[in-house]
Amino acid sequence: MHIDYLLHLGDNALILGQRNAQWCGYGPALEEDLALANNSLDLLGQARLLYQHVAQLKNDGKTSEDLLAYWRDVPDFRNYTMLELPHCLALHPGAVAERDFAVTIGRNFLYSALMVLVWQALATSRDAQLAAIAAKSLKEASYHLEHARDWVVRLGDGTDASHMRMQAALAHLMPYTQEFFSASPMETAAAQAGVGADTSLLKTQWDGLVDDTVRAATLQRPASAGFVSTGKLGVHSEHLGYVLAEMQCLARAHPQAVW
Amino acid sequence: MNVHVAKDGSPPALKDWPLWEVFVRSKQGLEHKHCGSLHASDAAHALHLARDIYTRRQEGVSIWVVPSKAITASNPDDKPALFDPAADKIYRHPTFYDIPDAVGHM
Repeated sequence: MHIDYLLHLGDNALILGQRNAQWCGYGPALEEDLALANNSLDLLGQARLLYQHVAQLKNDGKTSEDLLAYWRDVPDFRNYTMLELPHCLALHPGAVAERDFAVTIGRNFLYSALMVLVWQALATSRDAQLAAIAAKSLKEASYHLEHARDWVVRLGDGTDASHMRMQAALAHLMPYTQEFFSASPMETAAAQAGVGADTSLLKTQWDGLVDDTVRAATLQRPASAGFVSTGKLGVHSEHLGYVLAEMQCLARAHPQAVW
Repeated sequence: MNVHVAKDGSPPALKDWPLWEVFVRSKQGLEHKHCGSLHASDAAHALHLARDIYTRRQEGVSIWVVPSKAITASNPDDKPALFDPAADKIYRHPTFYDIPDAVGHM
């Protein structure tokens, strides 16, 4: 069963959606504020579909989308570490920083460039429900990629200050993209069953997307060497706990509450 | 670490980005209709933002954006001279003609 793989996809969408929603009310302009909120709602919708699918497959009478989103803890989440990081450059734990739009945009770009390829591959998954979710999500991811790519180029090819900040954001984020392509048992099993996408086969295309954009933005592509993060294995950075605390507190304070 | 982060709360975008008028064609509609305006740095950016702001609820299948400064508008002070003279000329409405039955619905 590919439950962990579906959770991996769903958790990616939920956690990045939650992160991007932190721009709500703080966007650089009202128009961009709405664009990021739209992005979050798309991701939340993807997470819901994937969690509902998990609940259906488990069919144990208790698993539900709410249970998966609100009642699991840090080690249960299978999202990429990059998606749980705050909207700022590297910090010591507990430090407070303001939102850095370049980090937000850089992350959305690197992630949606991957997901366009992943959803394309999953459109022919043997899991028909997953294939349908992929077909729907591909359109959303394509727009997210277009939106983020547009900003990477604008900021990179903009003023000296915006160029410097976009470059710093990419340097901060790029090492985390190694996790996109590192092997894991749940991904290998899902790919072998014809259900999941093998990201190692997508790397050349992803590199091409990144290189084209970085070049158009007059930026340098930073090296992606060093520590390989392990969020998809359930071993996360210190940041995910804070994200979950904020996201889950209401549901946990009022269990079983209904609208 | 945060030397780049603008500390003043004012959004510079609203001062720096020009205004654009947005026209959206709905699924059934033949013509693009004006639906609002937005601030964006250039035409491509304005199209992106128009998509996010004005077509979120499936309002449209096509978007036009036009720089607001490209629009020449009539002066509200000229309203009496421009429009009031038309008020008492009801014969300009084609309601005084007998339409033969053979013509059918017009």
